[in-house]
Amino acid sequence: MTQESDLSCQGLVRRFGAHTAVDHVSLDVPAGAFFSILGPSGCGKTTLLRLLAGFDRPDEGEIRIRGQRMNEVPPNRRPVNMVFQHLALFPTMTVGDNIAYGLKRQKVPAAERRRRVAEVLEQVGLPGLADRNPQELSGGQRQRVALARCLVLRPTLLLLDEPLGALDLKLREQMKVELKHLQKAFGTTFVYITHDQSEAMVMSDQVAVMRAGRFEQVASPEQLYREPATPFVAGFVGDNNRLSGELVGLDAGLADVRLPDGTRVRGRLAGEAPAKGAPVALFVRPEALVLAGEALRPDYATVRTEVRTTLFDGANSRVEVRHGDQTLYARLPQDGSAPRLTEGSTLYLAWDPALARVFALGEP
Amino acid sequence: MIRSVPRSRGFDGLYLAYMVAFFLYLALPLAVTAVFAFNDAPFPSLPWEGFTLDWYLANGEHGRTGLFHDDTLLSALWTSTRVAFWVTVVSVALGCANAVLFERLEFRGKEFLYLLMLLPLVIPGVILGVSILVFYSGLANEASRLWGIELDLFRPGLPLVVMGQVAFIGTLATLVIAARLRKFDRQLEEAALNLGATPVVAWFTVTLPWLMPSIFGAAAMAFLMSFENFNTTVMLTGSDTPLTVALFNRLREGSTPVLNAVALLLMLASALLAFAVLGRGRARNG
Amino acid sequence: MNRQVSRLSLWLLLAPFLLWILLLVLVPHLQMLRVSFQVRESWDTLEWGLSQYRNFFTESYYWRTFVRTGVMSLFTTFLTLLVAFPVAWYIAKLARGRSKGFLFLACLIPFWASELVRTYGWMILLRESGVFSAALQALGWADGPVEMLYNDIAVIVGLVYNGLLFMVVPLVTTLEGMDDTLVEAGYDLGGGHLTVLREVVVPWAMPGIVSGCIVVFMLTLGSYLTPILMGGKDSAWFTQQIFTQFITRFNWEQGAALGVLLLVLSSLMVWLGLRLTGQSLRKVMG
Repeated sequence: MTQESDLSCQGLVRRFGAHTAVDHVSLDVPAGAFFSILGPSGCGKTTLLRLLAGFDRPDEGEIRIRGQRMNEVPPNRRPVNMVFQHLALFPTMTVGDNIAYGLKRQKVPAAERRRRVAEVLEQVGLPGLADRNPQELSGGQRQRVALARCLVLRPTLLLLDEPLGALDLKLREQMKVELKHLQKAFGTTFVYITHDQSEAMVMSDQVAVMRAGRFEQVASPEQLYREPATPFVAGFVGDNNRLSGELVGLDAGLADVRLPDGTRVRGRLAGEAPAKGAPVALFVRPEALVLAGEALRPDYATVRTEVRTTLFDGANSRVEVRHGDQTLYARLPQDGSAPRLTEGSTLYLAWDPALARVFALGEP
Repeated sequence: MIRSVPRSRGFDGLYLAYMVAFFLYLALPLAVTAVFAFNDAPFPSLPWEGFTLDWYLANGEHGRTGLFHDDTLLSALWTSTRVAFWVTVVSVALGCANAVLFERLEFRGKEFLYLLMLLPLVIPGVILGVSILVFYSGLANEASRLWGIELDLFRPGLPLVVMGQVAFIGTLATLVIAARLRKFDRQLEEAALNLGATPVVAWFTVTLPWLMPSIFGAAAMAFLMSFENFNTTVMLTGSDTPLTVALFNRLREGSTPVLNAVALLLMLASALLAFAVLGRGRARNG
Repeated sequence: MNRQVSRLSLWLLLAPFLLWILLLVLVPHLQMLRVSFQVRESWDTLEWGLSQYRNFFTESYYWRTFVRTGVMSLFTTFLTLLVAFPVAWYIAKLARGRSKGFLFLACLIPFWASELVRTYGWMILLRESGVFSAALQALGWADGPVEMLYNDIAVIVGLVYNGLLFMVVPLVTTLEGMDDTLVEAGYDLGGGHLTVLREVVVPWAMPGIVSGCIVVFMLTLGSYLTPILMGGKDSAWFTQQIFTQFITRFNWEQGAALGVLLLVLSSLMVWLGLRLTGQSLRKVMG
């Protein structure tokens, strides 16, 4: 356990009857970091956050904040604040009273309270809105009030429970960037949970991918994207194509995979090498696929596919193809270099084996 | 039938006529009652003899006694106010406790107890009055006969009236407050804890302000229901008669415009109370 | 420790509820049931017996009034539903913005006055020397005073008037919750006015209809003032007989038995109503 870490958890377990919502989770968040927990709904991330906030007690394990054990500390005495999923702004109070609520509980004198409320409103870009009702504000403004209400208390740790979920797409994109700037400006440690991988990737220093109560991988966004540690992470983070086959050989970290129709392709093996003939999954990202009339380079892996349809989406345009009974997507460059594709025509897709990941199957 | 579905003009006209007739039907009895409070005639009936305030102000010198000099009615008014006050206090307190009990706590037999709570709604008011009279008066009789103890509290009188009214107004107050509590987002309480409030402080600073409109609403409703109640009350009154009972007794003797005067006063008071509560609610909701 | 705290708060909240429901509702009703089976031999000896209930069935006056009260209450409830439904529909679906709130409030206005005042208003309108009679004479449609009070139609007019609010409010609430597109879909798929009403609107509004009907039926069955003040010599109401036993005859045993019978009738009708429409008391009332 490092001394600098703001939050450190060891072997946290929370069970609900036979269901284990949080299953031996350990984590370490360095001071000033933006740490995200990414996972599909029902993976236990909200339960984990509630353990950290103190609304729930772990069955096993220990939570430490700045080295202090927190397990027995009630929520109102933890140096932790939380931005709730639906923000939980008090509807019976003005914006100013909402923000002053925590200060009042700390018995901060009224004059000082007013000063700090005005200051934090300035910092989040909402100067002079203290007398408004939260209901009169726009979604983005309410978001910032919820944030200000926590930040004004200068917490050691700020927990955020998918606070962007309720916003529309455009505002969400904007708030992502803003949240990251605010976090840098305040220097507070953020623990952010979300099911939206783009939110996690854009904002975080570190991302933990959570599934069925466990952490699958904890890494920087780029590392998650480039070197996923498990098939789940490979499939969950970013768009990915998955091809099933069996392992036939291994050469200098590159796995030789036979697809069901007999095609041999290659990719980098992740993790321990399985026995020959073991079932494996090969993941290759749409942007790593090269549209080749014929094979470009001899060391590239190539599959023959049949075009189903093209999906135009500006810079994110893709072509959907079939290889046997497996569906693949490849990015269509919009610089005029893409060939004309008609439904049912044959298309060869190639990739650099170093950009593909191969996982042994059989373990979750 | 709805706006987007085409309707014939004739149907629309008929519908509108029906609505007008309906509201006339609603307004007419109250309107005539109010108007005849000012007719300068000894009976509340046509023809119109001219405007007078005698039915409020006359002091008995010319054979007319206005409401403000009618001691029987005034003391009945005061009795009703006292009863309504206690009914309101007890019912709203009970309603708050019940709302928390049924909306926030989990315990065995909750469904069953909830149905019991609804029960007074499906018992006719007369029966509520009768059963309370039979039980408590019977108790007082037995105590007097067997041990010579006088339990005057349980004889027909104001305490018994309050008890009888609370029996059903308690349910209504519970329903009003529970409906509001059900809409409360429990995350707000967690947010308060998270910002450093103790559970008790969170309840008083976040939950109670949220419930306030429903508490005022329930109080106004309880007060009006109590004030207007006749069926339960008449079984349980003793020597102090509440207003509705006094009016009923007066009406059986024959109608006089003083009754109209009281009725108009009651309507105005109820309207004021209703508007005060509505206005509060509207101010809160911004 | 936490568990002890929550147990303690459970009991603290359960205590007022149990005191209320036991002491004001359940125990008094059980006592009333007990008393109804007691036969007074002399001033201080009691025997168990069925003579009160035997009286009810042998004296045709009792059971005729009983049946009459039940049938008229059912009819009044049905009539109230018919009168209220178009109004509720108009408020929920056709009125817009301010007029919607205004119409809804207008429906509540009569209930700022007590049942006594409302009944009194109808008396002023309908009696021989009343407003309608005078108006008919003034218009030359009648030669002499016309008595419109003291008959069954007058009673029903008054009873429907009393019940309207309790029908309109639940109907408006459920109809407002109905998506207009449901009706549009009904027409779009080829339904006519009546089909859409029967297949789409009424099933959706059922909880509101049942809730309104139960309350109106209860109120009508248990009402006293309207039938006694507006009814004629032979239009007796069952509550009147209960009052008579308690207030004028001091025959509590007989009164209790009649009370039990009225309670059984009302519970039976509520239960039947819920069964026939497949609703539950909790859904309809809570």
